[in-house]
Amino acid sequence: MKHTISVLVKNEPGILSCVCDLFSTRGFNIESLTVAATIDESFSRITIVTTGDEVVIEQICKQLNRLINTIKVVELPKSAEKCIDRELILCKVTAKDDARSEILRISEIFGAKIIDVSPDTYTLEYSGDSRQIMAIIALLRPLGVKELVRSGMVAITRENQFININK
Amino acid sequence: MTAEQTLKTEKMSGAKIFLECLREEGVDKIFGYPGGVILHVYDELYSCDFIKHYLVRHEQAAVHAAEGYARITGKPGVVLVTSGPGACNAITGIANAYYDSYPLVVFTGQVDSKLIGNDAFQEADIVGITRSCCKHNYLVKNISDLPRVIKESFHIAKTGKPGPVVVSLPKDVLTSKMEFKYPDKISLPGYNPNYEGHPIQCKKALKLLCEAERPAIISGGGVIHSDAWNEIRELAKKLNIPVATTLMGIGTFPQDEDLSLGMLGMHGNYWANLAISNCDVLFAVGTRFNDRITGCLKRFCKDAQVIHVDIDPCSISKNVHVDIPIVGDAKNVLNIMLKEFDTGKYTYEEQFRRIWVEQINSWKSKKVIKSVDSCKMSPQTVIEHIYNKTKDKNPIIATEVGQHQMWTAQLYKFKEPRKLVTSGGLGTMGFGFPAAIGAQIADKDRLVFNIAGDGSIQMNIQELMTCVDYKIPVKIAIINNGYLGMVRQWQEKLFNKHYSQTPITSPDYVKLAESYGILGMRITEESQIDEALDKAIAYDGPVIMDFVVEPFEMVYPWVLAGKPLNEVLMSNNAEGE
Repeated sequence: MKHTISVLVKNEPGILSCVCDLFSTRGFNIESLTVAATIDESFSRITIVTTGDEVVIEQICKQLNRLINTIKVVELPKSAEKCIDRELILCKVTAKDDARSEILRISEIFGAKIIDVSPDTYTLEYSGDSRQIMAIIALLRPLGVKELVRSGMVAITRENQFININK
Repeated sequence: MTAEQTLKTEKMSGAKIFLECLREEGVDKIFGYPGGVILHVYDELYSCDFIKHYLVRHEQAAVHAAEGYARITGKPGVVLVTSGPGACNAITGIANAYYDSYPLVVFTGQVDSKLIGNDAFQEADIVGITRSCCKHNYLVKNISDLPRVIKESFHIAKTGKPGPVVVSLPKDVLTSKMEFKYPDKISLPGYNPNYEGHPIQCKKALKLLCEAERPAIISGGGVIHSDAWNEIRELAKKLNIPVATTLMGIGTFPQDEDLSLGMLGMHGNYWANLAISNCDVLFAVGTRFNDRITGCLKRFCKDAQVIHVDIDPCSISKNVHVDIPIVGDAKNVLNIMLKEFDTGKYTYEEQFRRIWVEQINSWKSKKVIKSVDSCKMSPQTVIEHIYNKTKDKNPIIATEVGQHQMWTAQLYKFKEPRKLVTSGGLGTMGFGFPAAIGAQIADKDRLVFNIAGDGSIQMNIQELMTCVDYKIPVKIAIINNGYLGMVRQWQEKLFNKHYSQTPITSPDYVKLAESYGILGMRITEESQIDEALDKAIAYDGPVIMDFVVEPFEMVYPWVLAGKPLNEVLMSNNAEGE
């Protein structure tokens, strides 16, 4: 079962490897991990997608909390009503002859952007939830994907639920 | 400007600031070994009158000694070593303190910060290497961070679940200068150990314990860390509940009490293991349910409800499913429970307790059968003699790891905590002797014994010279059976007596003692034991006693690894019973 964990940490060198080391030494999985500074640049937010049963996820959260430099660890709710998640892809697709218009069509349906054009390729930028990302990749794949770069997931809770230093 | 003001605003080197920080933390003894990049600190130590430095012969021993010191005093042990090889040698010691949760602050030199990452001479990424075996670590990159980092290190090492903190000090940080001011506050927003213990959880736990028909307590090392042994005794007596201790918890409950079950686990008492296996409510305090005490996890306490008190939330429900978790300091939690019990709202059925205690007493009649019928001196006898000779002298007993360790845990009836110094979690051979040195330094008037095996003692035997240098009168009792006994025992039972690489030879320990200028004795007959012990205890200085014992004696009771706790072997011929 996939779980998304949001970790607020001090923005200091070494903290990311602390988190990664924890996952490897304890045998936990990382499906994806993204990290960047928060609005307050002395802190960073790490979003980790991991798998495991409830016992494992509880241990992951506890172990993350135990690190001295983690400020807050929250397992994000799975329901889309409470939490929004997004991934970003940049996808370079072979674009010759008829394929060029097909790519444009797909891009239009999904609301993706063409960000680079060459005589033989289009490069698409698209962001969406995991399901949408899978769908667009499935459609582009037969056309010839030359290169795909996919960010890890970032996620945020809806409405008045905050994960920050004061809470 | 007055002279005092001049002094205050005078710039100090990082090396000097380092020592001033130690002074602020009340450190007066450190264990260490000099080397290239840490020389500036050693230069300051040369004229330092408030810190006594103990020079060891190997950095691993410095860390073990500091842990021995921490175990006796309850204060963080402090270590100072150089970069690269010095720091790497310290790692086993750091890991040992981490697994047994004793506070250390280990300072390692580091190459000039501009050289870090360049594979410089004696460079090692000690922050990376120690990440998974210490509570926290720091690389100090700027002298302005130094006082704060040191203050935080001591705070982290001794609070919450105690543990080792590693601080890496680049050479340029030690040589640059600034004005010294020790911070008076600590800001660690991500570190707030919960000491309180939730009152509602405590009440629930108390209610469950009172309702139980067959309750049992496991008292672990955490009870020592939180000084909660009086509370555990009081609670056990008030509620009439038998208490087993883990290896690390030995001494938290007096072994001569009726309610004492002694040690549980792989080599624990038969009745302790059966009591824990058959209880209906288990109250575990300050233990992380290591596999050596649970046996087969699936069958551990499978019909019992479990209450678990620990200051580290990670320990709760990690190995054993817990019905009532209580995160908090054991002393606080137990006090809440005792206070609540004293309100008189809680009662238990005395009849149930009587039946339960009778049941446990019936298990107590089952005795271990000696493995070998031999005319040679038995190792257990030696330990019993040591016990009888030292028990009234308030001794500290340090052990290494192996058969002699388990026999000591079984046969030495500890009545108080902080008397047994032994490596539990990591199981480090070579720990006991340097730890005994540290323990003796912590309390110079106590009688300190190091009960060792012939394998273990050779792992840090170089520290004999440290003993001689500082007149540290540790009494070393080597239980010499010519084998790595515990491994041999496994080979005998589980590997068709293939004694692969377990026969181990020793030097002539009497001559070795002579060459160090200390007292050495070889004891081969039971009739000589007492006289030798008397002589050793009376001798003003370190002593080596080489007890040549029967090689094929085995440690029983024995729960084979992976077997459930109630399948206890009591002799060589026994199947699980």
